[in-house]
Amino acid sequence: MSRLSIPVSASDHAQGADNAAVTLVEYGDYQCPHCGEAYPILKAVQRTMGDGLRFVFRNFPLTEMHPHALRAAEFAEMAAGAGLFWQAHDLLYENQEALGERDLLAYGHRLGLPSDVVAGAFDGRFDQKIRDDFRGGVRSGVNGTPTLFINGLRYDGPRDADSLIMILRQAEALSSAAGGG
Amino acid sequence: MSSHQPDAALRAGATAPAFSLPATPDQIISLGDLRGSPVILAFYPADWSPVCGDQMALYNEILSEFRGLGAQLVGISVDGVWCHAAFAAERKLHFPLLADFEPKGDVARRYGVYREKEGITERALFVIDADGVIRWSHVSPLGINPGADGILKALQDIAASTGKTETVA
Repeated sequence: MSRLSIPVSASDHAQGADNAAVTLVEYGDYQCPHCGEAYPILKAVQRTMGDGLRFVFRNFPLTEMHPHALRAAEFAEMAAGAGLFWQAHDLLYENQEALGERDLLAYGHRLGLPSDVVAGAFDGRFDQKIRDDFRGGVRSGVNGTPTLFINGLRYDGPRDADSLIMILRQAEALSSAAGGG
Repeated sequence: MSSHQPDAALRAGATAPAFSLPATPDQIISLGDLRGSPVILAFYPADWSPVCGDQMALYNEILSEFRGLGAQLVGISVDGVWCHAAFAAERKLHFPLLADFEPKGDVARRYGVYREKEGITERALFVIDADGVIRWSHVSPLGINPGADGILKALQDIAASTGKTETVA
């Protein structure tokens, strides 16, 4: 069973409470169509699970396959600097068909970010962070995108909302039974 | 790491059976050619499995991690050389795919990872050291991409035991 080798920390992008009973980590690629399909499902799962779930996104751009994946990841990391990571993340997944550099500049404008700050994202300043996410993912057994980890264990099961909610509820119950958060 | 490991698959400690297989219509690769550095043999059921979760495409993205540990990667399936060529071109793969095509599955049989009924190989990984000894093997359920964590750990163990502790930039 593959396990998350890098624990969730303050350097991660996370939604939900730090002490939530269940943490769901996604390793994703903004240009990956499977991640695009998972995006609204994960949103629905988050809505259903509410405070019981902490959701973390880590970068796993498959740059040989997806030419815009790295730029998109850089864009989101740049937005994180302005406290707008999730807004950027959502914009990217909602506009997966348009992730060229001009598109990204337009999304930056839409988020109210200065254009020089947006353009600066692409000079490589975020690449170490993205590469660290990627390498940590490889060592944790990420086997494609998206790869999900539930409380540190890789989840290989079906990714429809009902299945995910069921397995997350189980993890929640187990965690509560163990007295941990 | 988990698992499902059919008894037949060769395990750590066994000598890796020699082989010579075509990588392209006019290039043959032998295990002997790869001696001197660790080799990763990745048997997989077939070319053209779905894209983002594809094992070969994933390994293609992390070749630098393998190379940083001094290892060479080869993929092996029963697909023929032209099928491999089209697959490698479409997925922009930067490592050789060997055709265990004639006699079909012969090399997979010698590694204990041929599935007679379906006529394909298991999804199986072997990490072989510079001396040709299998140091780690793993058979994954057919539909589950095993990722690369087990391979990297095996390569790190080999590096540690030989005193070579190269790291990737």
